[in-house]
Amino acid sequence: MSKLEFDVPAKGGFSFDLCKRNEMLMKKGVQPPSYRKTGTTIVGLIFQDGVILGADTRATEGPIVCDKNCEKIHYMAPNIYCCGAGTAADTEAVTDMVSSQLQLHRHHTGRESRVITALTLLKSHLFNYQGYVQAALVLGGVDVTGPHLHTIYPHGSTDTLPFATMGSGSLAAMAVFESKYHEGLTRDEGIKLVTEAICSGIFNDLGSGSNVDVCVITKGHKEYLRNHLLPNPRSYVSAKGFSFSKKTEVLLTKVTPLKEKVEIIQSGEAMEE
Amino acid sequence: MEIDADAPHSMGTTIIGVTYNGGVVLGADSRTSTGVYVANRASDKITQLTDNVYVCRSGSAADSQIVSDYVRYFLHQHTIQLGQPATVKVAANLVRLLAYNNKNMLQTGLIVGGWDKYEGGKIYGIPLGGTIIEQPFAIGGSGSSYLYGFFDQAWKEGMTKDEAEQLVVKAVSLAIARDGASGGVVRTVIINSEGVTRNFYPGDKLPLWYEELEPQFSLLDIPSSPGPEPMNI
Repeated sequence: MSKLEFDVPAKGGFSFDLCKRNEMLMKKGVQPPSYRKTGTTIVGLIFQDGVILGADTRATEGPIVCDKNCEKIHYMAPNIYCCGAGTAADTEAVTDMVSSQLQLHRHHTGRESRVITALTLLKSHLFNYQGYVQAALVLGGVDVTGPHLHTIYPHGSTDTLPFATMGSGSLAAMAVFESKYHEGLTRDEGIKLVTEAICSGIFNDLGSGSNVDVCVITKGHKEYLRNHLLPNPRSYVSAKGFSFSKKTEVLLTKVTPLKEKVEIIQSGEAMEE
Repeated sequence: MEIDADAPHSMGTTIIGVTYNGGVVLGADSRTSTGVYVANRASDKITQLTDNVYVCRSGSAADSQIVSDYVRYFLHQHTIQLGQPATVKVAANLVRLLAYNNKNMLQTGLIVGGWDKYEGGKIYGIPLGGTIIEQPFAIGGSGSSYLYGFFDQAWKEGMTKDEAEQLVVKAVSLAIARDGASGGVVRTVIINSEGVTRNFYPGDKLPLWYEELEPQFSLLDIPSSPGPEPMNI
């Protein structure tokens, strides 16, 4: 077998060449860049007509909340959605990539995507990267074979469950599910239970917060309820609508609403054969 | 207690495979742990490879799932090329080849069991390094440490199907009682010439051992319970 002399490894995987240099820099006091994590509470459950997914909306960069209203429920296919916990870049990238692969697959086969297809694509990608792609996912959808709910761990193992939680708030949310979940939930009961579980994560876990997103997937129909519940409104909103630094004295306020700009498209000549 | 969500998902596990007069019985618990958190309390560790061969998985959840996926794929190809069902020996050897050749990267112990028309019921144990050993019974996983003595005493040749299944259920429940990394329910799979039977034993159906108590509901759950009598001084 010929030996390839490249910096980049031949078949996927990460190159760890700079690890020693990074260690040396850290010893000298250079701070490594902190990356954005979705602390997170993500949940999914199967109800009588399909699958309901839920997520909080806080994204953290170390101890700071960098996004108070991010979207953690990612689109995979018209009938499949995926919640992502862990490193935000990893969850975004991996769900985007598999979503594109599924779309190509739909073109090739002419059929609706199946949840196990998405599952296999995600798990083999994550396994190949041996856990370094830190994405913990809750994948749910309804296809011809019925409703499915799976959890996928960063190392590539998967579980198939009737209800699942992931992320730093998973214990708080699982406590709610374990006490209140039963088979044959109706849509409203399911949404209420998912909201309760996410709220449990939001209020009891420091890595989760802000609002609740819910996604209901049934046969042939999906509803993405973005910001279904907003239990954390801004407590002090200045009535003025603007704020300058303390030394600036406001002498006159004049509000001019922007005029609406309407474009008129010239109707072209009719096409002639 | 800090939950390390990045800890690799491992199946603490108790897995057992036992031959009997006419086939094999495979048994396992159902706990998958991530550090000290139970990530899945009802997992199915007995995975199908072909119609007549199943494998019990232990160790790293990801590694064992990937290995069984690959072996299922290779066995499917092999069955097409051979024109008849694969033998248990072939299935076990395919598992062994993957486990041995990738021993540096994999951390999974497996028990392959099944029935074929040439050899009947067979059990093959494939522990961590990738050795393959054909045994009348095999135990694996963290909970198996507590079962070596038990099997030395309780195992006998030529059991009937029910005796073998009861032995497996008893053994897994004993291991669950003592091993923190095993728990949940007991699943068994019986494979013989007639086919495959899956059974499920929830926690309350298992026998109680030393110091184990009857399940009791909390008094708070009973709405009619009036509460303790006030003390009279």
